[in-house]
Amino acid sequence: MLKLHRHTFKHGVHPPENKTETNGQPIRQFPFAPLLILPIAQNIGAPSKVIVKEGQEVVRGQQLAEADGYLSVPLHSPASGKIRKISNVPTISGKMTSGIYLEPFPSSTQEVQEGTPIDVESAIPEEILNGIQNAGIVGLGGAAFPTHAKLKIPEGKYCDVLIINGIECEPYLTTDHRVMLEQPEDILLGIKYLLKATKANRAIIGIEANKQDAADFLSNYLKSEDLISVEVVPVKYPQGAEKMLITSLLNKEVPSGGLPIDVNAVVVNVATTAEIGRLLPHGRGIQERVITITGSGVKKKGNYLIPIGTPLRYVLDQVGVEESISEVYMGGPMMGVAVSNLDISIVKGTSGIVVFNNNHVKRAERIYPCIKCGACVDACPLSLNPSKLGILAKFEEYDQMAADYHLMDCFECGSCSYVCPSHIPLVQYFRLSKSIVRKRKAAAC
Amino acid sequence: MLGKTLNISTSPHLTKGISVEVIMRNVVYALMPTALFSVYSFGINAALVLITAVTSSLLTEHFLCRITKKSSTVSDWSAVITGLLLGLTLPPIFPLWMTFLGGMVAIAMGKFLFGGLGYNVFNPALVGRAVLQAAFPVAITTWYAGFMDDRFSTIHSSILTLPFMEPIIDGFSGATPLSAFKFDGVTTDTTDLALGLTSGSAGETSAVLILLGGTYLVIRNFMNWRIPIAILITVLLFSGILYWIDPGQYPSPFFMLFSGGLMLGAVFMATDMVASPITSAGVILYGVIIGVLVVVIRIWGGLPEGVMYAILLANAMSPHIDRLIQYRVYGTKTKTS
Repeated sequence: MLKLHRHTFKHGVHPPENKTETNGQPIRQFPFAPLLILPIAQNIGAPSKVIVKEGQEVVRGQQLAEADGYLSVPLHSPASGKIRKISNVPTISGKMTSGIYLEPFPSSTQEVQEGTPIDVESAIPEEILNGIQNAGIVGLGGAAFPTHAKLKIPEGKYCDVLIINGIECEPYLTTDHRVMLEQPEDILLGIKYLLKATKANRAIIGIEANKQDAADFLSNYLKSEDLISVEVVPVKYPQGAEKMLITSLLNKEVPSGGLPIDVNAVVVNVATTAEIGRLLPHGRGIQERVITITGSGVKKKGNYLIPIGTPLRYVLDQVGVEESISEVYMGGPMMGVAVSNLDISIVKGTSGIVVFNNNHVKRAERIYPCIKCGACVDACPLSLNPSKLGILAKFEEYDQMAADYHLMDCFECGSCSYVCPSHIPLVQYFRLSKSIVRKRKAAAC
Repeated sequence: MLGKTLNISTSPHLTKGISVEVIMRNVVYALMPTALFSVYSFGINAALVLITAVTSSLLTEHFLCRITKKSSTVSDWSAVITGLLLGLTLPPIFPLWMTFLGGMVAIAMGKFLFGGLGYNVFNPALVGRAVLQAAFPVAITTWYAGFMDDRFSTIHSSILTLPFMEPIIDGFSGATPLSAFKFDGVTTDTTDLALGLTSGSAGETSAVLILLGGTYLVIRNFMNWRIPIAILITVLLFSGILYWIDPGQYPSPFFMLFSGGLMLGAVFMATDMVASPITSAGVILYGVIIGVLVVVIRIWGGLPEGVMYAILLANAMSPHIDRLIQYRVYGTKTKTS
């Protein structure tokens, strides 16, 4: 069943999509790097606890670190090999965290170790949630929130609709697009697991109109599934944000400070869903993920299946980059993080690598005062007032920003900074303001 | 390879590519047809007034940046707009020293005193004009007929009045359509008004060219179309009702729409982003307020024209409108305060 929506959430922006260079490229397997670097904190919540020793030989798929508590997931070995070192590894934030250096065996067949399979027909919801946690699955859209924790329906609430997020609104990225075209059976099985785990009545796969081929393909593939519909929404950033997608598909608003379950919905990324459908029947853990590598600085643009822990430098060596590259982003250009050190590695939350040339990125020459043009106000998907918030941030009125202007609702989509003709780094201000408010709140407790 | 330094910055890493400077420059482009027509219809005198107003604004801006030890902001084109708008609201034979003073006042009092671009409460050009109107009530209502034969060859004597002297008014012709109506009860043909074949301030006569410039800005998304539309519809409706009640006493709504500074004010002055409200609903209320005030001042006030004061009053109200009218925040029932 295919449904077209004409209305979407309020406001939003239309950055150039730049997806055509990679959306026709099938997913290709990436080779193993000579050394894999695995930070143990790859998810929101508690980092996992290392259970292997230096010098130990491990099998692909074996747990290297176990979940440390409920809001945590295990880390599996992406390759058969030997643990070289357990020490500090660089991360994208600039901080060093503990991690594991793994040297894959060059001549190994790299067969994957299997665990306890979870049968979709006979499993009870708790078994599925445990299976998802044991598979080390986190949100692959970029947030890296442990998926099992998101699927746990709180006492007194129920889930009516399971939303599979195939929006991929970030410019340049095409991983979800390719996953939808190439892994329909995994997605279908994943949805079955998820429907069972959440006890939802139906599932919607939400797709933006720039991926009509994927929508047509999936709705045809799923035509005998009565509980699953494919719904197409107009292209607009940041539609992939949970709140925005819920509004576009269900015409409901998630209450401020609330979660999708408050409107009886659960949203799961489509690549995460496919991963659940692929791993759970074999009790495997996640060892690799699909990543779009693109941007003006990349020679062999495309979508690649890359082992977790592959160093960024190795990735860029393999795809080839121009001499004149000036910036590298992990994630898309709207919400992704600029890379300052190429020795960091691919983690579970890495959805894309965007590399730009010198001549591609135009930097603001100067920051003008806010001229109250209102562009940000008409861009903010939450109808906040970024103009006012920006002025308050400058005067360090953080508490007023939170109390009167809903600062803490901001999810840093970047729409306001994108449109601002004065080039005010609004998102930067808000990020800083939010962390100060959080610290003050913590200090007050 | 890859040993090089990488640029880092916080997200988003894309921008729409519009800057304040681009917006301001395009407003200047949009004002060009109006400015050129004023030179065409009023000749060399109007050209001198416009050049003086722009020069004075730029010099004042540059000088004030210098003495406050800031980097000069003349390159953002906003002072050019202020100068042009000021010049276009003045009579085409307005003495140049007064024009120069007007530019200084507009930038210094209208803009710099409030903190510069982005902080002005009022439209700076109108602040300049308001001061000139208070200081030189005779000179600023001394009109000059358009399309005179000698307009490209003769510099009018009043324009060269020495500083701190009042011009000597020689027998002049060309009362504006509004003052002709207000004081003599004579109306002007609407077509002449729309095309600008009347006398008036340098840049207020041709409604068609003003609308052309405004349309360009709306298409390029550099102007909030709701402001001029709200003003013009309010004026049309309000004066239409009055005309319907008593056509003998009140002017026709089309005369109201196309005469005086209404078009220039509605399209280019009320739309000053800094001094107008920020939300769509807010600007509509703002436009309605201006429209009502224009009609009230023109019909019941002591002055023939009320656009300037109407906009200045609405400018003063716009921060309050912003406080009153905000979008409802997603997922809440409340509006931001």
